[in-house]
Amino acid sequence: MITNLLAADRGTLRVLERNAWANLRMWPLFLSGLVEPLLYLLSIGVGLTALVGPVWAPDGRAVSYEEYLAPAMLAVSAMNTAVINTTFVFFHKLKYAGTFDAMLTTPLDVRDVARGELAWALACTTAYACVFLATMAAMGLTGSAWCVLAVPAATLIGFAFAGAGLGLATFMRSYVDFDYVHVVVTPLFLLSATFFPIERYPSLFAQLVRLSPLYQGIALQRALAVGHLTPGLLLHVGYLTLMGWLGLRLAGRRLRLLLQP
Amino acid sequence: MTREQDPAVRRPQDGAGVVAVRPVLAQVEREARVWARMWRGSTLTGVALPWLVLAAMGLGLGGMVDQPGDAFGGLGYLVFVAPGLLAGAAVQFAAGAATWPVMGGMKWTGSFHAATATPLSPMDVYGGFVLWIGIRLAMNAVAFLVAAVLLGAVPSAWGLLAVPAAVLGGLAVAAPLAAFAATQDSDQSFELVERLVVVPMFLLSGVFFPVDQLPAALRLVVGAAPLWHAVELCRGATTGSLGLLAGAGHTAVLAGYLALGAWWGARTFPRRLAA
Repeated sequence: MITNLLAADRGTLRVLERNAWANLRMWPLFLSGLVEPLLYLLSIGVGLTALVGPVWAPDGRAVSYEEYLAPAMLAVSAMNTAVINTTFVFFHKLKYAGTFDAMLTTPLDVRDVARGELAWALACTTAYACVFLATMAAMGLTGSAWCVLAVPAATLIGFAFAGAGLGLATFMRSYVDFDYVHVVVTPLFLLSATFFPIERYPSLFAQLVRLSPLYQGIALQRALAVGHLTPGLLLHVGYLTLMGWLGLRLAGRRLRLLLQP
Repeated sequence: MTREQDPAVRRPQDGAGVVAVRPVLAQVEREARVWARMWRGSTLTGVALPWLVLAAMGLGLGGMVDQPGDAFGGLGYLVFVAPGLLAGAAVQFAAGAATWPVMGGMKWTGSFHAATATPLSPMDVYGGFVLWIGIRLAMNAVAFLVAAVLLGAVPSAWGLLAVPAAVLGGLAVAAPLAAFAATQDSDQSFELVERLVVVPMFLLSGVFFPVDQLPAALRLVVGAAPLWHAVELCRGATTGSLGLLAGAGHTAVLAGYLALGAWWGARTFPRRLAA
């Protein structure tokens, strides 16, 4: 049901509209979501580029460390945006702010709420990805016109993590449980071949890293950034789609239990 | 009823700067008892994650960075980044622990108001709250240092001094932030502080790369950041290379931040809690 994103109907749009208005009123917070991934790129990328030799891009070319790090940060940004919106923000609305209870007293139903929240998370992810990609292009870090595909790819990464986030958020009991979100997200961030190539891991561990959803997203973004399109990319796309879809199925089932009066 | 026991009588003299030890420890005990019921999650984030960062950055990234030359002061990257991450983790932990929980105590659960309904003054609450953050910082720093030693990232026995250095660095951030948090009516600003102050500070204060890679103007700003002073102290300790004068200077700056925070907290906590 809520997995059918394209069937965005009136109710979904109403929730989307509500979130847009609410975020307009706290626009500094909305904009600050952009800052973190850009900062990583500008600090670690710029600070270390002079100290790290060239790195191999997926098409076999040697690129600077910045050029190597940028697409990974684009994927990280998509993951973070999706996770924050579907766990911390979602839980706050569900449990403390009473936002969903208020929505359900209108003609909106549980499905509209879930679809609307998902759509909002994806809209944020997409908007941030556009700005990030523009920054990359301005810094001369994009190697091919195919890099425009990085935006829908970021949306897809957002979909995978938003689905999983929504599914897991319905199991949270209190803010204390959100420590576990960090426990999952931080290792993914550090160990998904984000800062250094997967060949640097011990081979057994490298196999594990390949299973990481963020690694799938980063591999996709790195290939698109240099325009190295291969059929193998479809595997990444399939993985991320399946992950989002499974998460949403779980979320749909759980939310009806939690919200339906 | 004696003078000490009646909060209505006590309140007017809050902020006078007189802090007795016993009531402060009562607030520490309260925080410790709450923590004892949910230590698992916070231990994972406070201890296990910094270990992971050390392993990933020190070993993984280090393998790419380590080339002949002295970009990192002649240190291997693992040895360079370990003390940086120790200080960085302390400051990040302190920033989180000194903001949202204050809003919790003042607004969401009201536990600070409850505490001031006992013989505790708002300054006792502030002091105990910050002291507890210091205790947590020390626990985290010891755990981190053990991991760093095991990985071979601490060449000098002076490294032991990195623990108090990291605690001081964390407190230099926690004391002013807790005071600031008491002036806020919603937690929106905390997210902004986190994203626009704490994370940039973490990334630019010489944790991951020497600050001389930065443009000169930015280096001046970083020079004022408490984290940079904490990083210099910790790195000086773990490598055994800190001069007495430099050590005293960095310590003085951090102590200054801590004192400034306490001064500010002595104003904001009573103002918020007396209402």
